[in-house]
Amino acid sequence: MTSSLGVVETGLVYLDNAATSWPKPPGVAAAMQYFLDEIGANPGRSGHRLSVESGRIVYETREAIACLFGASDPLRVIFGMNATDGINLVLHGILKPGDHVVTSSMEHNAVMRPLHDLEMRGVEVSQVACNPDGSLDPALVRKAICTNTKLIVLNHASNVCGTILPIREVGQIARHHDLLFLVDAAQSAGTVPIHMVMDCIDFLAFTGHKSLYGPMGTGGVVIGERVDPSALHPLRQGGTGSRSEHEVQPEFFPDRCESGTPNAVGLAGLLAALQWLQRQGSVQLRTHEMALCADLLEGLLNIRGVIVYGPLDTNKRTATVGFNIQGMEPSIVGLRLDEEYGILCRVGLHCAPSAHRTLGTFPDGCVRFAIGAFNTERDIEKALKAVSELAKEVR
Amino acid sequence: MSSDFAVILVDSTSHAMRIEKLLTSRGITCKLVPVPRHLSSDCGVCVRVQKRDIEEVKSLIDAHHVVIRSIEAL
Repeated sequence: MTSSLGVVETGLVYLDNAATSWPKPPGVAAAMQYFLDEIGANPGRSGHRLSVESGRIVYETREAIACLFGASDPLRVIFGMNATDGINLVLHGILKPGDHVVTSSMEHNAVMRPLHDLEMRGVEVSQVACNPDGSLDPALVRKAICTNTKLIVLNHASNVCGTILPIREVGQIARHHDLLFLVDAAQSAGTVPIHMVMDCIDFLAFTGHKSLYGPMGTGGVVIGERVDPSALHPLRQGGTGSRSEHEVQPEFFPDRCESGTPNAVGLAGLLAALQWLQRQGSVQLRTHEMALCADLLEGLLNIRGVIVYGPLDTNKRTATVGFNIQGMEPSIVGLRLDEEYGILCRVGLHCAPSAHRTLGTFPDGCVRFAIGAFNTERDIEKALKAVSELAKEVR
Repeated sequence: MSSDFAVILVDSTSHAMRIEKLLTSRGITCKLVPVPRHLSSDCGVCVRVQKRDIEEVKSLIDAHHVVIRSIEAL
């Protein structure tokens, strides 16, 4: 049996798409297998036909990413392992002792941990408090700006409760104060519209394996036109297949920040995923996910003893829903959903302790249902029935 | 002995790919080839074009703000 999107059903209900989307669209695995069987060579290292073909696939993926995010220059797409890689490159490559950076209380540890490390080395960090539903007042960001502020870094959508933060408003504030602006789009890229120019973004960190529907080990950062390559110190240095006669790192993008052989097989999969995404339409995918999300929210709110976190307005959130059953630990809920119902989700702190403090769910965390393109109404019905049965036990 | 070809030397394979797409989309024949050793000790690729297309190639590259290192006759 296949779902409406042509993916084989497993009998399981997969609601962990905020960690990694699954299943992948038809064509992704095939593109990776084709790359390994028929191309296989190192992109950009040799001049022979297979190397050129491999390089072409990597380049096509750069173009597809640039196109998706309104970036004019595909050579400013820097590939790495994931969004964490992109965030680390920017934070460690831009900030120096004495610089000040503004961020929010809803950030993932992908931002918080590098900032903590930089703070130990003389970078000043201001964390703007978000509201209990995870939302952010942009005026508070403006108030946090100091004379030595260099960068604002903001989560686009919460990995805990789906709250969308106002990146365009904050981007305009950053631009007005001539500050650099880094957006962590790990949870939004692919489903929530993002435009590098209109949203005033200088660095857009993205990952391939969530709502872009590609494989793990693909992602990185898109760099805006205002950033001079010399202003960004690379995290890694090494072979790039270019300027091999020199023992200094190239000064141009993308090579400046892309040393070592890339995950070309992963990028072949990501390219197929991006082509699928374009065929489906981001708007249609979001409409599908948010319709399911509205059903899920309504159903959860009708179960006595269930607390839902984040905004209820589907225009202000993604399809990632955080909740708790009062009187039952999230870890128990997760285990029982898996073992007794075949419902797969993520529980606990979701690598975002600060976000959980903001929502009032630290240190226990919450249960997270994260809807993806391949979920169905039936999935949501099963999930609601299971939560309802568990909630009855503790009443 | 001179040939009918010239090569566009670029900073990286990504730059070469960008030029290849640009030229191909305008119907200009080109091929990515290893950089001739006498032109550079770079281990990457460059874009080989026909000499007769050079003026059109130059104007396209300028119009699209693609950074190149040089164009060399073979």
